[in-house]
Amino acid sequence: MLYVQVLVNGLLLGGLYACIAAGFSLVWGVLNVINILHGSFVVLGAYLAFFAYTALGIHPYLFAPIAALVLFGLGYAIQYTVVNRVIEAPVLVTMTATFGLALLLDNIMLVAFKADFRKINLVPPLGVVDVGKLVPGLNVVVPVDRLASMLFALLFVALLYLLLRRTAVGRAIVAVRMDRYAATLMGVDPTVIFALTFGIGAALAGAAGALLSPIFPISPLAATSYLGKAFVTCVLGGLGSVSGVLVGGLLLGVLESFGAIFLGPEHALTLSFSVLIIFLLFRPSGLMGKRGFV
Amino acid sequence: MRRALLLGGLAVLALALAALPFMSGNYLVRLATIAFMYVVLASSWNIIGGLAGYPSFASAAFFGLGAYGSAIVRAHAALPLAWCAGALTASLFALLIGPAILRLRGHYFAVASLVLAPVLRELVNGATDLTGGGMGLTLPGSTALSVDATARLYYAVMLAAAVGTVLFTILILSSRLGWALRCIEQNEDASTVLGVNTLTAKVAAFVASAAPAGLAGAIYATWIGYIDPTDVFDDLLSVKPIVMAFLGGVGTIAGPVFGAAIFVALEELVWRNVLNFHAGILGIIIVCLLVFIPGGLGSFRHAAARVRALASKQTNGTARVRSAA
Repeated sequence: MLYVQVLVNGLLLGGLYACIAAGFSLVWGVLNVINILHGSFVVLGAYLAFFAYTALGIHPYLFAPIAALVLFGLGYAIQYTVVNRVIEAPVLVTMTATFGLALLLDNIMLVAFKADFRKINLVPPLGVVDVGKLVPGLNVVVPVDRLASMLFALLFVALLYLLLRRTAVGRAIVAVRMDRYAATLMGVDPTVIFALTFGIGAALAGAAGALLSPIFPISPLAATSYLGKAFVTCVLGGLGSVSGVLVGGLLLGVLESFGAIFLGPEHALTLSFSVLIIFLLFRPSGLMGKRGFV
Repeated sequence: MRRALLLGGLAVLALALAALPFMSGNYLVRLATIAFMYVVLASSWNIIGGLAGYPSFASAAFFGLGAYGSAIVRAHAALPLAWCAGALTASLFALLIGPAILRLRGHYFAVASLVLAPVLRELVNGATDLTGGGMGLTLPGSTALSVDATARLYYAVMLAAAVGTVLFTILILSSRLGWALRCIEQNEDASTVLGVNTLTAKVAAFVASAAPAGLAGAIYATWIGYIDPTDVFDDLLSVKPIVMAFLGGVGTIAGPVFGAAIFVALEELVWRNVLNFHAGILGIIIVCLLVFIPGGLGSFRHAAARVRALASKQTNGTARVRSAA
């Protein structure tokens, strides 16, 4: 029964990981940029949610769309003014440039918000659901805040899917991802699409940040940890597809959960990065295979 | 004529470097020692990142392994042995992990090399018995030497490491390996067709890049006397060498050296004036460098030459510049 509980915990985490990685994967796939800033976007979203809750009393789940909107503006501006200038450069340049931007944003947050760990304590607390009472024999508890965060996170991932699938902008993004030059000939302006895509990536990170603010402690130092989750999720599931992110995120959540039981929580990072390198070597296209375009 | 100028310049530089520790205070000696360490890191990164053109973010992993290798051996052995142990630890690691991750290219290689340092950081954090974990390791200091003499000793040792790394790069460039790496940098598939064993060459370059970086970490550990995982496996140690190489010119011999010298000056300026926000300013500097002078400072020389050509030969100069561009 312990294993069922561990599995449930992993899946709850995995939904959040999918949301964190969705924007990262989109930017990697469309712009061909490994965005080191992504983890900092998540942290910024969490801080915004924290202050919205403590100062204005806005519930983090309601605030998630607002955080997404703010981060969209920031991401759009950063891409348009800075990243766009190095977009044609080799991976070394784009990665180092976004690393520089991450240093800047992390430092701004460190100065503005201090290094103290903060956490939203929801009042009243949402409590837990004892599944054993509903389904006799199944002795599993589900924390409601984690469940809600996971469901909202999956909702954002679903919204991304619909956006890419159903809207003109989404189709243009997919077209630029498939062939930038052909898309240009069809009347799509890649510069605008790049900025939009980067904005959407940041928006998803911001939403994920707001959603995890009631669960995890918030600190500027957590940025690299979230970035690592995005790396592993992307490589596990396969790059640039929503289904890949979903599978990768849930798998990573379960993997970390079981890893914590069998190896101890201090080896979570080693485990996930080892899996990352193994996947890169033996299955670089990820579990979902094929270069999926949504 | 140019050769004579170059040799003369080098002789003056050598004299100045030899005189510095006796002419100035310990502050400048310390700054110069850091500059030499950066020369080692930038030049060693240049072997895999510049010559072979592989976007490696593994410098921090090598540096940290070198530091821990030397710190652990230092508890039982003399200084030179500890330094060798550091270089050896990093090289062995590169030899083991290289054949695996060097099969990857581009973005995938970059990510795989970037995660090495965090993994090693966690492993070192966990292996408390050997490494002291998060508490770090304190190295035995030498009581026989005065503070000034110790500063001069590490100045000399780090200078030797820097010169050695530059000579090592020249040696590689003039060898068969250098040719192979240049081929790989330009077109890896074509070099396979030409009969270059690309994987062997890349692993050799990776190991050759790891050894000096590990040595720098080893000397650093004994110099500072205390290391901990977050300090020596700092991700910034992977990024700084890249920025330095870019600043001076990637894939050249002198580029990383000049880049390191300029970077040290910039960094010290930032540290001295804005302590609270130094990482942020560093970020701004990195972004500005990459956005505004992507070819490094060397690109100004070509720009200047172009302007001169334009000024002196108004009539046919324009055509030449256009063809050159």
